Amino acid sequence: MIETKHLFKIFTSGDSELKAVNDVTLSIPEGQFVAITGKSGSGKSTLLYQLGLLDIPTSGEIYIDGKEVVSMSLNERTALRLHSLGYIFQDYAILPSLTALENVMVPLLMQGYSEREATEKAKKALARVGLVDRMDNLPSALSGGQQQRVSIARAIGHDPKIIFADEPTANLDTDTSRSVLDTFLELHKTGQTIVMVTHEHEYALLTDRIISLADGKIVSDELNQR
Amino acid sequence: MPTPSEHKWNTDLRVGAFLAKRDIRRANIWTTGLIVFVMMLTFLNLVVVSGILVGLIQGSIEADKTYSSGDILISPFLNKVSIEQTPQVVAIAQTIPSFQKLAVRYTGSARVESNYRTTIKQGDLRDGAGASLLGIDPKNEDTFSHISKFVIDGSWLGPTDTDSVVIGKNLLYKYTPIEAPGFQTLKDVSIGSRVKITVGDISREYYVKGIISSKVDTFDGSIVMVDSEARKLIGRTDLNANQIAIILDPGADPIVAKEALLASGIGQYARVQTHDEALPKFLKDIQKTFALLGNAISAIGLVVASITIFIVIFVNAITRRRYIGILKGIGISRRAITIAYVLQSIFYALTGAVIGMIIVFFVLKPYFVAHPINFPFSDGILVATIVGTFGRALILVIATIGAGYIPARIVVRQNTLDAILGR
Repeated sequence: MIETKHLFKIFTSGDSELKAVNDVTLSIPEGQFVAITGKSGSGKSTLLYQLGLLDIPTSGEIYIDGKEVVSMSLNERTALRLHSLGYIFQDYAILPSLTALENVMVPLLMQGYSEREATEKAKKALARVGLVDRMDNLPSALSGGQQQRVSIARAIGHDPKIIFADEPTANLDTDTSRSVLDTFLELHKTGQTIVMVTHEHEYALLTDRIISLADGKIVSDELNQR
Repeated sequence: MPTPSEHKWNTDLRVGAFLAKRDIRRANIWTTGLIVFVMMLTFLNLVVVSGILVGLIQGSIEADKTYSSGDILISPFLNKVSIEQTPQVVAIAQTIPSFQKLAVRYTGSARVESNYRTTIKQGDLRDGAGASLLGIDPKNEDTFSHISKFVIDGSWLGPTDTDSVVIGKNLLYKYTPIEAPGFQTLKDVSIGSRVKITVGDISREYYVKGIISSKVDTFDGSIVMVDSEARKLIGRTDLNANQIAIILDPGADPIVAKEALLASGIGQYARVQTHDEALPKFLKDIQKTFALLGNAISAIGLVVASITIFIVIFVNAITRRRYIGILKGIGISRRAITIAYVLQSIFYALTGAVIGMIIVFFVLKPYFVAHPINFPFSDGILVATIVGTFGRALILVIATIGAGYIPARIVVRQNTLDAILGR
């Protein structure tokens, strides 16, 4: 499903160079729930952005469903993100002027669904994260956990092939974090491929596989025995 | 694998409209109100400034049409002194379709003096002025033009006032205080004064019965008297007049009326012109110049409006850089996001233009009709045609589309991840 070959992301500042992603080669099969862990500054989020086509690597190759994506045009990458990928950000990144329902509807409308169809699909996605009763609320009227669940609903609403989650529980309390993780596990049970960045080891242990990074390099890549 | 072609225009438009609608609906009402207010003022600037400049001349033209020339003006051929067969011409004119009324006038050049009985020193000028002489049938003229309402002192002539005249205000220093060599006005004339009027070798004395101020040069620069007296002064022994002005029924086409007059043979006796054709060239030139001036001022207003929209959209887009980044991140096309901002610009411009149009047609136009601008040579009105006003609204909308598109495009093209992470 996802494959990288000798992936680099190098930031330069004057004469100095920082290899945030340093020669990463990996392969994630369909249906796997993967945790990318590491200390702060280890390059885990940067790797996720490359895999999720939000950034362009300095060098290397990324394949999604066997298709090389680094050389794609901006429009092709946007279209691929729309149709095949879902994102969940640390700070939720939901649109403040749209209600919970509308936030979930936007990518569906962009996919070409009618407003009625998009509403139905968005309601189903919100129901899956237990938020259908708050669908008409603006983000400002939702708690952090509820906003993150809207973000999850938006990510899953269009049935993406892969979900990328960047520290999805970082801003949440323990109970809410657990609830979010439970949602991910439910999704995973349906065969959903999930790539999650986390620095919390106990949550990483709930996944199928833990990839640990240090200084942009993979230092360990282990399957979990659950 | 999806391709860019899947981002069809209609989908982008639909998503853009979805986002724009909600952004507008949930925006701060005062901010939206302020932007719409600026757009409305810009629209008014576009319409009203040029409309009033043109209206100053148009007011003069309308007044000339209403009180002097009418819809059709019959005048002598350029090589003739008067309209030949005037009684016959008048009789024919009254038979054309849509005829409503007419006025027959006698004109000439005269000199009017007030202190002609006083001995003055050699080399001094008498209190006098050059004037146009206008002979009219007082009752018929008033029916035609309602000119008596413009008598500002004294009263209008009656049919038997053969010993009296009404003097136009441009001949009186009291109302036209211009002191320039070669331009004389009467300084010592009031109601009841006696004046001497000379045309060629013929001089006669008259009482001043009234003073007229109509902002129509036909009257304001003339000595107006009963037509029989005018004929005596100008030595006209027949009834051939110098001017026949015809007013048609409202809505009648002057060109059709002119053709009917020519078809009936009037063309062999006199020139037949519609009001527009009879309009002096200098007046047409002033009208064009004022329209040009108004358009230039409007263009400046349009640039200011465009810059305003540019700044509003740019600030809006810059402050919502992260919002735009998220939209791009979740796969919303740049075109759809740009459309959302352009639609917001159109909303601001259209709302401003619609409110502006309501103000123009339901407040300003009726106001200027009731209270014209008191300009020395005309009562200025607001000229704003429906087609012209819609045209200007369209110009405003087109300008704001550009002004909304450019900043939106600039911000939308920024790096998606940088926008999301706010770096």
